[in-house]
This record gives sequence, structure tokens and C-alpha cells, in this order.
Amino acid sequence: MSMGRQKKRLGKEHLKRIIDSCRSVEEKGINPFLVDVNNILAIIHEYFPEWKNPEELCLDAEAVHQIASAIKLQSEWVKHRSTSLYTDPFLIEEKLRKLSKEEISTIFFKSWHPIVELEQISPHSLAEAIKYWQNLIPLDERWQKTEGLQIETGTTTREELVKQQIIAKKEFSKELETFWQELKQKAMGKDKIEYWDFIGAETYEETVKHAYLASFLVTYGYATLEVDRLEEIVYIRPYKTPIPTVGKKQAISLPIPISFEDWKNWKGGVKD
Amino acid sequence: MKKKTYYATQLKRATHLLFFKRHRKPGVKGWELKKRLGADYPKILALLNSYLEKLDLQVKTVFEEGKPSKNPTKAQLDRARFYITLHGSLTPKETKMMGWRIDDIAGLAMTISTIIAKKGKASREEVERLLRDKLPGWRVNVNIDRYIRAGYIDQDEKGQLYLDWRTRAEIDEKTLIDLLMAK
Repeated sequence: MSMGRQKKRLGKEHLKRIIDSCRSVEEKGINPFLVDVNNILAIIHEYFPEWKNPEELCLDAEAVHQIASAIKLQSEWVKHRSTSLYTDPFLIEEKLRKLSKEEISTIFFKSWHPIVELEQISPHSLAEAIKYWQNLIPLDERWQKTEGLQIETGTTTREELVKQQIIAKKEFSKELETFWQELKQKAMGKDKIEYWDFIGAETYEETVKHAYLASFLVTYGYATLEVDRLEEIVYIRPYKTPIPTVGKKQAISLPIPISFEDWKNWKGGVKD
Repeated sequence: MKKKTYYATQLKRATHLLFFKRHRKPGVKGWELKKRLGADYPKILALLNSYLEKLDLQVKTVFEEGKPSKNPTKAQLDRARFYITLHGSLTPKETKMMGWRIDDIAGLAMTISTIIAKKGKASREEVERLLRDKLPGWRVNVNIDRYIRAGYIDQDEKGQLYLDWRTRAEIDEKTLIDLLMAK
């Protein structure tokens, strides 16, 4: 019994590793022949009889899908190498590094045939423009129409502004800092926690506010999000010190819906 | 209408269609030429090409699915895009008049050759690293964005750079790589 369970666990780990390695070959553009297709197929074949539930079968299907993508990449690789355009990328890089800007430009001029294009206004668009101009109301008249209501000026208090939610009770940066400390405390010992466990609160309003603050934690480099695509779970991992992310690499947006239904499900799950 | 007059009229029409930018991108699709010039538009374009050659210009055909190995079919021609491009090459002085600095040209050449060498796809980080070798750091990002805006390259959400429509229309990829390797 326990032997079977252990084999299953091992099999799942194998499949996840296969999926990851195939994905990295595709994303990083490395030699797809580094993927040993025969060996991987043998592994997938070996563990296949163990899979019973849909989740396991999905994992198996994903592994097969990834290996198919790797085979496709291998075929494209061979095709490209057999074309006259194929040149070793390292050789090209070396040439480019060695040559001066002027030499590179001179080479480029010989292979560059720019498009000739002219832009001009046609009699038809000119007629349209005149018509538009003639129908245009003078600025004075237009501004008169958009004049706003005149209200007597007065004074307000800080409390009133807080009540109207124009300014926050606490300074935003301080609030963010407190929220970050809270995240670090919750994730202590585990390194990361489930996103919903962190933002989930007693009320829906509070949960939305937490999600809003969490988005700033990630944007400002206080924390990062990790997605387990198989389990469809989002984790949030706090950084020990903020890491400035702006301009360093391409930012990726990760939309996470915080619907009332989701919150109710999460709350029900927590209570259970 | 006499045959000679017919072709003279069609030639003028084709010149207007191809020279003046009518859409966001320059060039005219084959089916559009067929609609305006008739089914024998490839013949008219060949005629126009022979006129333009004397002026160091040419009619360039860019096929949607890459250059066909045999004679293109009518369907392939209808889907293709036609441009007027320079037949010969530019001198550095002429490029300056077009608003391109030698740095910009060298950067563009490096970007395009790297993408070609990497099977038509290279990560932006990788290209940036290479460009930093020749260009001042602050110009690298500005230049890559400029090449994207001009339609020479495109970038996907994963930060991978690809060759875009303008490269396919203007650059003789094989000549570029061959000349680079011959250096």
C-alpha cells in the first residue's frame, strides 16, 4: 500500500520535472535536443497505470503535451539548421562584438532597401477639413457651455476628508509597511503563504482592501507572487528587504479576481 | 481603349496606389490591387518595376507565408503585400538625412542579425546586453522601443523579440548574414 503511494508521489515529481524542463527549453530557446524524448516517454509510460483520478491524469496529459511541444521545437531546429540562413548564433555575436559601429552600419546599408512612402492630403479630406472648421463653434461659445456650477468656497476638517475617503486615516506608505510586516509574520517559517489566506478577512470589504494593499506590496517589490498552475493556487512570498523592480525587467500583470463568491468560498473553507 | 493607353492608365493608377500611404502601414495587399487594377495586376506591376529600376526603385513583394520556393500562385499573390522600396543601397550621408544616426543603424543591424541567428526569436535582455557593448546604456532601451515602433521588430508579453513586417519588406536577411560572416 505504502509502496504504491510512494511510487505515485515519485511519479508526480517526475512528471512535474519533465513539464518544467520542457517549458524551460521552450522559453529560454535552448537546444531542444537536450530533451531526451525516448527516456521521458519511457517514464511517462511507466507511471501511467498508477494514475486514477482526473488531477493525476491531467498532469500526465500536460507532460505528454509538453513533450509534443519539445518534439515540434526539435523539428523546427533541424529545419532552421538546414536553411541557408543558419549561422551559429555565437559566431554572429562574436562578429558583432568585434566589428565597429561604422563597419556594422556599412554592412547593413548593403542589405537595406527602405520603403518609399509618401503622405499627402487629398482634395476629399481637405474638403472635409474645411467643412469641419466652418461648423466649429468659436472657443468662447464652447467654454460658456461647459461652465461648471459655482459653489461658495468654504473650509473643511481633516476628519471630514477621512470620512469622505478623500484622504486615508494613516499615511499610505506607513500602512503598506505595517501590512508587509504582517505578511512576514504570517509567512514566518513557511517562506510563503497562500494568497487568499493572507488577504482573506472577516468582511468582504476588508478582503478587497487587503487585496488592494497586496498589489502594491508586489508592485513596489516588498513581495512576489508565485502561481502553481497545476493546483491553481497563488502564493505570496515576502522579501526580507524591498527589491526595487521598476525598469529592471518586464513587469507581468497577474489579474486575481476577488469576487464576493470567491470570498464566501474561502470563508467557508476556513471555517470548515 | 487601345492596349497602350490601357496599360498607361493602369500604370499611373498602380503608381498612385503604391506610392501614397493609404493605411496605417505602407504598401498594398494583392487583393486590393486586383480590385483596382484587374486580374492582370502582376503584369502591370512587372511593367512598373521595369520603369522604376531606372530610378533605383523596385516593387517588393512580401509573401504572408514566406517566400515560396516555386512561382507564386494567384492566391499567394493576392495575400501578399506590395511595396515600393529602394533597389540599391543608401550611403551613410543619405541615412543621416532620414533621421537615423550611425548608432541607431548599428543597433538595428545588431538587433536584427541576433534575432535571425536565434531562429527568429531572441529575448530582449539578451539583445540589450549585446547593444550595451556599442551604445551608451540609456540609449539601448530607447532604441529598441524605436525599432518596435517603426515596425522592424515586435515584442511579446514574455519579452521575446521577433522580426516584424518592416524587416521583411526592407531587409535582405541573407545578404546581411552573409556579409557579416564574410567580415
